[in-house]
Amino acid sequence: MSANTVALAYLIASVFFILALKGLSSPLSARRGNLFGIVGMVIAVITTLTITKNWALIIVCIALGGAIGAVVARRVQMTAMPELVAFMHSLVGLAAVFIAIAAVNNPASFGLPETLPMGSKLELFLGTFIGAMTWSGSVIAFLKLSGRMSGAPITFGGQHRVNLAMAIIMIGFGLWFFFSATTNWTAFATMTAIAFVLGFLIIIPIGGADMPVVISMLNSYSGWAAAGIGFSLGNPMLIIAGSLVGSSGAILSYIMCKAMNRPFLSVILGGFGSEGGAAVAGDGTQKTYRSGSADDAAFIMGNADSVIIVPGYGLAVARAQHAVKELAEMLHKKGVNVRFAIHPVAGRMPGHMNVLLAEAEIPYEQVLEMDEINSDFSNTDVVLVLGANDVVNPAANVPGSPIYGMPILDAYKARTVMVVKRSMAAGYAGLDNDLFYMDKTMMIFGDAKKVVEDMVKAL
Amino acid sequence: MIGEIDPTIINLTVFVLAVFVGYHVVWNVTPALHTPLMSVTNAISGIILVGAMLAAGPAETDWGVWLGAAAVTLAAINVFGGFLVTQRMLEMFRKKDKKGS
Repeated sequence: MSANTVALAYLIASVFFILALKGLSSPLSARRGNLFGIVGMVIAVITTLTITKNWALIIVCIALGGAIGAVVARRVQMTAMPELVAFMHSLVGLAAVFIAIAAVNNPASFGLPETLPMGSKLELFLGTFIGAMTWSGSVIAFLKLSGRMSGAPITFGGQHRVNLAMAIIMIGFGLWFFFSATTNWTAFATMTAIAFVLGFLIIIPIGGADMPVVISMLNSYSGWAAAGIGFSLGNPMLIIAGSLVGSSGAILSYIMCKAMNRPFLSVILGGFGSEGGAAVAGDGTQKTYRSGSADDAAFIMGNADSVIIVPGYGLAVARAQHAVKELAEMLHKKGVNVRFAIHPVAGRMPGHMNVLLAEAEIPYEQVLEMDEINSDFSNTDVVLVLGANDVVNPAANVPGSPIYGMPILDAYKARTVMVVKRSMAAGYAGLDNDLFYMDKTMMIFGDAKKVVEDMVKAL
Repeated sequence: MIGEIDPTIINLTVFVLAVFVGYHVVWNVTPALHTPLMSVTNAISGIILVGAMLAAGPAETDWGVWLGAAAVTLAAINVFGGFLVTQRMLEMFRKKDKKGS
């Protein structure tokens, strides 16, 4: 194929990628969108095959990677989606680093001049360090999300200064690489190594509750890494696809930060509640709460007109989504109007709860976003909070509270509130929740799945 | 005149416009589909596969080619894994009347 034909084919593929994201504006068009993405990718790969040699090697590698990807995609539990996504981000980052190293080694294979011009060096530098940080950051995120590493923030004195110093040193080596007349491997390798370490250091201080932000941010990085490689290779398709992914991740990070009412910078700099949230948790006074059994709760819900279920991460941990579906169906048969209210940061990644409920075959019309349902709480009979805490904490309306200003689901406005929880322990923000001590609140202690199953039996 | 423009400038033009397109398209994504959005963008960032194929492409085999081959494998995991898991998730988003099919 001529260079022009290749460029045109790449353009067509780029348009398909845009259509793929556009399809996700509604569940109805989403599957077609995914198909567009696949078509775009097929066009891109076949076109690239026509301009490379080593077909056998490339096809074997694609088949190998494809097989691994297919098995992983089939086997993964929906509750483990955040880990899978973090794992996949890390692969993009590592691939970007490998490609950049290969380009420095043999510029001719990418159509670059034998001695790299300064512009290409700069682009390779950017692609490598974003890729390296994406890789190591995602590995940490993966370890934290899968529980192989504690979700608690790891902080040490002078952390930010260490990070800053390393970043400056890294840029110094980048400049050395940039201004060297010949290929300066020492500078390039040192810079890459520092970028790897920096990725680790940036993610370790970020706590478990901030994972939805981190994972979106790494999503964004992986896109920018792809775009960076696109610049190095002068390939507009890589730039377009990378930018789409990069801006998507950036927007998701923004939405997550807004839903937690936390400035992006403070999330990135780490340690939730380190500004004094923990001190608020133990204000001493023993408050009283009312606890009840699953049977009582089932009886009350069975006689209600309307029930809103607020699922949180506790539901995902207990894998209670199928039991919840049964509960919803039982109530529905009794003529109760059952709906689900999803807070943007419920779960461990954006939209995680929606996927879990969809997996349990709960029709998506019953699943509403915070803005859609918040005004309905005041005329709802029963709110059932399943493993959620901070997202229903009315303290968010109290000036001076560490979570003041965070948008919450107004569960406290409902006539009766039921909270299923394992214990009275505080949520990730380390805050006590006044909702639990209200007169109209009934606490039901136990594993979310067990409790919901008991409710189903009682109905 | 167009021939005198540095290719990096043209790339930058493409980049800026693509960011705008991405911004507008992504804001239209329904929040319920944010997880599939993330997995499909994961698959799309697997487009880096194209760069990996070029790295693995040269006929004279040196270690750079093997590095490229490793990158092809990694990117292929992303592409296949990303699209397939998105497909699997989207299959779950059903309307009421199709429930249990």
